[in-house]
Amino acid sequence: MHGDKRGREFYMLAIFFAVFVLFLYGPLSAILILSFQGPNGGLTFPLNGVSVHWFANLFETQAVGDFGGAFRRSLLLGLMVMIVTVVVSLLAGLAFRRRFVGATALFYLAVASLVVPSIIISLGIGVLFQQIGLQPSWFSSAFGAHLTWTLPFGVLIMLAVFNRFSPAYEEAARDLGATSWQTFRHVVLPMIAPSLIGVGLFGFTLSYDEFARTLMTAGTFNTLPLEIYGMTTNVTTPVLYALGTVTTIFSFLVIAGTLGLIVHLNRRRQRS
Amino acid sequence: MATMTSSETEKIEGARAKSFRLPPALISYLQAAPLTLILGSFLAVPILMIGMVSFWDYDFAQMYPDFVTFNYAETLGSWVTWKTYLNTLKFAFFVWAITLFIGFWVAYFLAFHIRTAAMQMVLFLVCTVPFLTSNIIRMISWIPVLGRNGLVNSTLISAGIVSEPIEWLLYSDFAVVLAMVHLYTLFMVTPIFNTLMRIDKSLVEAARDAGASSWQTLTNVILPLAKPGMAIGTIFVVTLVMADFSTVQVMSGGQSASVALMMKNQMSLLQYPAAAANAVVLLVFVLLMVAAIVRIVDIRKEL
Repeated sequence: MHGDKRGREFYMLAIFFAVFVLFLYGPLSAILILSFQGPNGGLTFPLNGVSVHWFANLFETQAVGDFGGAFRRSLLLGLMVMIVTVVVSLLAGLAFRRRFVGATALFYLAVASLVVPSIIISLGIGVLFQQIGLQPSWFSSAFGAHLTWTLPFGVLIMLAVFNRFSPAYEEAARDLGATSWQTFRHVVLPMIAPSLIGVGLFGFTLSYDEFARTLMTAGTFNTLPLEIYGMTTNVTTPVLYALGTVTTIFSFLVIAGTLGLIVHLNRRRQRS
Repeated sequence: MATMTSSETEKIEGARAKSFRLPPALISYLQAAPLTLILGSFLAVPILMIGMVSFWDYDFAQMYPDFVTFNYAETLGSWVTWKTYLNTLKFAFFVWAITLFIGFWVAYFLAFHIRTAAMQMVLFLVCTVPFLTSNIIRMISWIPVLGRNGLVNSTLISAGIVSEPIEWLLYSDFAVVLAMVHLYTLFMVTPIFNTLMRIDKSLVEAARDAGASSWQTLTNVILPLAKPGMAIGTIFVVTLVMADFSTVQVMSGGQSASVALMMKNQMSLLQYPAAAANAVVLLVFVLLMVAAIVRIVDIRKEL
């Protein structure tokens, strides 16, 4: 590690890592290329001409589904889940800094939320809504179902953040006469802001792509992943790949935007 | 301010405490309340509901509150259930073994062979980004690669290695395991990477100074210290595979079964009590597996 020459081990592992990255991105690039298939092309290579026919097809009114509506619902749901995940995880993270009765039980409940198979949560919430006479819908039952998946991640990230957070800064602020709100707003919050943005990214993308938990809880209107899942069984044209390309590019843009924001915040903090 | 006596300061602080500060214990409860409320109503209550419904009677149209045990008798007494569990466990085992192998070496490479923290972060993000995109898209992206006329088959044929397309590449157990490895490896990489990053580098140096080869350092120092991360990764991967139905359905082309897929089929036939009994059995099974893993490896240090 400190030697100047890279050993044989390094090159072998570097090749292994490169193959792994190829394994991760290779298939994705295959559908990226195939979504530009010509109008008469099929689901596999070779490309039968190059066109944006299937993208145009995607935005026409479809017999099989309503992508525009599904995309809007998924986007809105993702944003709702993101905001609630950030706020609730932050509050829970602050709560766990002190001992309180039931802290261990709550922690285990959060961990259980990660471990319980998602289809069981889907079934449970579906049956619960049915029994209390509520209509399941994407903004109520599916919203709650998604939170059971995003919150444990958010809480664990906040726990890790506060474990490494030195109370000295807060003590200093208090010694200077800051109220606890001022301490939180001007000292704690700026320091943990990048982590909170990370939690938000997790919340949004996990919800935007979530599918098993939405299955029984979405009600009448599909979210985007449900729409795509439906297509895998009954669509046999590259329009499926076009949709895949569009949603993947959207995800990439969201991730890149968030990372840019985190880098920007870190730079600004270092400067000040 | 400078002329203020200490008793005056105390008075002011006391007044502020009375008007602004809630007791700390109450603050903790208020802060923890939203999480408790959400997980209570969307996790705990639904699971209790499933437990209750699993004892109910049903017909083709609806469920009837009752206390019958035949949902369990049918689930546990059926040969199909056991075969399905065995099949799911088979997937879990292969996916676990492969992701553990890949996960460890990728994490080891990132933690011990990449010298700068910035490069580590960049390479780790390269691994992470695909996992933040849609699972279903990543699954179907294998179809043009593995299909009868897919990339792999046409390459093999044009290279003259095989004369006919290999049929078992897609819509087979092989395809299911491959897609699951593709989907879930990050859940192994991240916890192991996290554990390896916390290993004190001076331990590795001490081992080398004491004359250990890099292989001996790996097996005697790094591997034992990496165990908690491996355990957390194992919990993630095993529970994800046990809960999977979409990968099995799409990648096996309907030829293979998993426990969750069996549940999903019962749900689409509106046989909720039967699905609920299945869910209880699956949940108990998964929790026992997690308990066993936690027993073998102490993961509390990681949190």
